[in-house]
Amino acid sequence: MLYAFLCYNNEAAVMSWSKQHEETVMARLGLVHEKLRQRGKLGPSLRLMATTAATTLVKEKDLVLDGPYAETKEALLGFYVIACDDLEEALSIARELGQANPGGAYEIRPVRLFNNDQLAQGPGN
Amino acid sequence: MTDIAWMGAALAASRPQAVSALLRYFRDLDTAEEAYQEACLKALTAWPKNGPPRDPAAWLIFVGRNVAIDAKRRSAKQQQLPEEDRLSDLSDAEANIAEAIDAGDYRDDVLRLLFICCHPDLPATQQIALALRIVSGLSLAQIARAFLVSEAAMEQRITRAKRRIGKAGVGFTTPSPIERSQRLAAVAAMLYLLFNEGYSVNSDDAIARAALCDEAIRLARLLLGLFPSEPEILGLAALMLLQHARSAARFDAQGQIILLEDQNRALWDRERIDEGLALLDKALRHKSRGPYQIQAAIAALHGRAASFADTDWTQIELLYALLEQLQPSPVVTLNRAVAVSKAQGAAPALLLIEPLAQRLDGYFYFHGMRGALLLELGCKAEAREAFHRAIALANSPGEAAHIRAQLDQLQQNAHTP
Repeated sequence: MLYAFLCYNNEAAVMSWSKQHEETVMARLGLVHEKLRQRGKLGPSLRLMATTAATTLVKEKDLVLDGPYAETKEALLGFYVIACDDLEEALSIARELGQANPGGAYEIRPVRLFNNDQLAQGPGN
Repeated sequence: MTDIAWMGAALAASRPQAVSALLRYFRDLDTAEEAYQEACLKALTAWPKNGPPRDPAAWLIFVGRNVAIDAKRRSAKQQQLPEEDRLSDLSDAEANIAEAIDAGDYRDDVLRLLFICCHPDLPATQQIALALRIVSGLSLAQIARAFLVSEAAMEQRITRAKRRIGKAGVGFTTPSPIERSQRLAAVAAMLYLLFNEGYSVNSDDAIARAALCDEAIRLARLLLGLFPSEPEILGLAALMLLQHARSAARFDAQGQIILLEDQNRALWDRERIDEGLALLDKALRHKSRGPYQIQAAIAALHGRAASFADTDWTQIELLYALLEQLQPSPVVTLNRAVAVSKAQGAAPALLLIEPLAQRLDGYFYFHGMRGALLLELGCKAEAREAFHRAIALANSPGEAAHIRAQLDQLQQNAHTP
């Protein structure tokens, strides 16, 4: 079974990390990543840009809002990673997806770091 | 797990919100700062024991308020109320506090705190120093180091500035939309000053100064979190990120400044460029142009260009022309002339800057650029004269060295037939 791990933290605090602390944390994570990689267990992992870089498309009203998706009633059900030239292209792709699957919203958040690791085994193994 | 680094970051990140909410409550800056300090002390013992709070800012505001009220009561020799008991058992109350502090209040609180530092009577350097002390919570020593002055001098400067804003009396009612946008504009200008304080100058103090750029960006992000749809705040954040992305490429090993055209673009910080581009995209979607957005768009064209030769100078010239309309200034015209010289040649660029001669006579870049244009047009004697003027006006050894290199070239060319 594949599991997605969604990372939550106090954003303001993480953005206030000193460079040194940031490097320490990244080095610690790197060790864990390496172990997983050697066992062929690590799939793609990514770090998102700050929520200030997010734009939200509320599908049904075709409403574009600045900032992350703030409602708490809906749950996170999945996500895509799509290469887009700019925000306009991202929004038009989101609209197209929204027509295929109405309801809810897409939070469009640029990716800061993308480690495109390959799993040794395909899903289902 | 509540490690020290986590607590330090959480306390620092919560400071603007906590101090500004406490300021609204006590209407006095010193009381608000003391209450915040007291709350931080309590956090250092309470958080490792009870675990970190879900909302550190709300915790600090709640505790800071109680501590300060308690101190007031004690100093008024009134009987102490049993607030301390509640303090030791905050975990249950936490969820309620977080909800009780309305998000809208937060927003105007933080803006007010930043705006207080922008008092028009204060010279720019004092505005910045005050913001770093009050909003960012940098120590006097850190601020003094960044401004290259003694700690005592910086303390005096900040005390004086505080006294002045104490008399100013900023309104504590919810600001009207017009007031809010005026405050935002003033704060944006102050943040850009703070950024430029860290961005200019030579490499000797580049590391100490770079902290100012980081802080300006952090505060811009904080503002953006509170006012997510303000195109000019988006533009300002984008502009700062796009410029700061080049910082590792701006000086050579000898500490001499490297001009944009000679910078090693592999040293540019791609993450900052990407974030700047993302924020600029968001800003432009609002179709409400402004000076920060235009400058960010110019910086974005540099950021996107794989090399100096690949730069879209025609587009940059159009953007400078637009900026000139919105914010006419000889320096903007000078920058436009740089783009004109690349897109159309030295002659029309020289024509554009000649009328600025009087107003920019004391400006290093004017003479440096005029010299370069004249040289390109083959007017060697005039070029030499302009370069000498520029050297006399250079702001740093790096700038002077750059001009001297062009003069040397001129000299060498003169010797070779």
